[in-house]
Amino acid sequence: MELDKATTGTTELNTTDTFVQELTTLNLGPTHPATHGIFQNILQMNGEKIVSGVPTIGYIHRAFEKIAERRAFYQITPLTDRMNYCSSPINNMGWWMTVEKLLGVTVPKRAEYIRVIVMELARIADHLICNSILGVDTGAFSGFLYVFQEREKIYEIYEEICGARLTTNMGRIGGMERDLSPLAIEKIRKFLAEFPAVMREFETMFNRNRIFVDRVEGVGPITAERALNYGFTGPNLRAAGVDYDVRVMNPYSSYQDFDFEIPVGTKGDTYDRFMVRNEEIWQSLRIIQQAVDNLPEGPFHADAPEFFLPPKQEVYRNMEALIYHFKIVMGEIDAPVGEVYHAVEGGNGELGFYLVSDGGRTPYRLHFRRPCFIYYQAYPEMVVGTQLSDAIVILSSMNVIAGELDA
Amino acid sequence: MSELTNELLIQKLQEKFGDQVFDIQEPYGLVTVTTTRENIIPILQALYDDEMMQFQFLTTMCGIHYPDNKGQELGVIYHVHSLVHNVRLRIKIFFSEDDAVVPTATNLYATANWMERETWDFYGIRFEGHPNLIRILNVEEMEVFPMRKEFPLEDQTREDKINTFFGR
Repeated sequence: MELDKATTGTTELNTTDTFVQELTTLNLGPTHPATHGIFQNILQMNGEKIVSGVPTIGYIHRAFEKIAERRAFYQITPLTDRMNYCSSPINNMGWWMTVEKLLGVTVPKRAEYIRVIVMELARIADHLICNSILGVDTGAFSGFLYVFQEREKIYEIYEEICGARLTTNMGRIGGMERDLSPLAIEKIRKFLAEFPAVMREFETMFNRNRIFVDRVEGVGPITAERALNYGFTGPNLRAAGVDYDVRVMNPYSSYQDFDFEIPVGTKGDTYDRFMVRNEEIWQSLRIIQQAVDNLPEGPFHADAPEFFLPPKQEVYRNMEALIYHFKIVMGEIDAPVGEVYHAVEGGNGELGFYLVSDGGRTPYRLHFRRPCFIYYQAYPEMVVGTQLSDAIVILSSMNVIAGELDA
Repeated sequence: MSELTNELLIQKLQEKFGDQVFDIQEPYGLVTVTTTRENIIPILQALYDDEMMQFQFLTTMCGIHYPDNKGQELGVIYHVHSLVHNVRLRIKIFFSEDDAVVPTATNLYATANWMERETWDFYGIRFEGHPNLIRILNVEEMEVFPMRKEFPLEDQTREDKINTFFGR
């Protein structure tokens, strides 16, 4: 009888002939190595079983939305970089596209294709990190080492394109900062040729690995209805069986030109999330291949001197370029009045920018729809009833990035 | 099932809600309407339940502050999405700073929970009926609502501070 009571999970004082049943409060985080970021989960544990969880966030909140209200449009790019830092180019491009929408700038086809290449590379890097870290959390370290080298190659491509690696700044309003160099294209082609072998190896390491599958299959499932109600997007939603992808539903940057599939899962558990991300990597490779093969000729930026930051060499030699450079950097060019919502498919879901402009040099209000922030709140519901080790892999598989969560 | 276009959506909104929704616009292709805070939850509910439209996905919501609009200083902006038709809709409400209370949408969308906490945290808009309306990104002890316009960021050109004291 007493044992029955014990499993109900209520804290109870009792007499001498029964044992004392108490719930353990466990602080998972804020700086637990397995949470991959600074957020705290106060878990109530009944033995090994999780009874309830309360997430606390905001440890690295940097007030990006407030800071953005004082910055000219170009100066907001570094803020977006630091949200989901695993795939910062996607954030950048999303931000440029929002501004372009507001200003009414049409981007030439070549720039759009280059953007697609870069964004898909970023998505691959993001998914690789997420999936390999999930492997680390289940005790499989070598997969992580394999794919980290591949991410390094992606970073080298970024470096070739713009000089930066992590917080890239390769876009401009109206296009790209510079054209893809022949060496960059060569590196992308080399990556396309060599990466699939590593990816296949990575997949064979995990997909049928008994220990790994036992740790992730059926863990932390969420139904499609709950996922939608919780505002899930990206791989987490698709793992639950909903084929919602911003790239297909609201194509931006010429995504309609490419032939690719949306992988979906069925159960929405950790295994499905892992598999959906793996499959998306293959689809991203397909997109990059098509974009590189069909890269259109033409300019890499729009003819919009009042918004497009001129190349530095021009600024040194050309008076017009110097004037425009100054006016753009100092934010002297006002934006039109209006409000824009633009969404891109970020590494982990729909990344939206809601921009209200009152006609000044800075946004009147800028709101980031950060996918991590929106679906991390489902975490307590997903961990209740599981064990602590499951809570770790669920968190890993949701790909919650602290920088984006807190913004 | 017929296709839901922006024109049809506007027509349906006018049929269904009459003058409860006003200021109907279409900036950059996204239907934007304004309503009052008394009507916001019934409208969201009706859009959610409507068999044809099915606006069942709350993309995002956020607050906004217009200190010069007397009597309507604060606002909340909802972005809902009908995934079946792939149509988005923006609904705004405005109300006075002195009476910043809005009914919660958490009964409709689980995702509204943290969004409302964030809006409360930044703008001091109280969501009536919210299960756990506490600050989310800022510290609990904070007394102000930092995204309001009366708290501007520091002027970066000021010269009365000695920079070395601030590590720059």
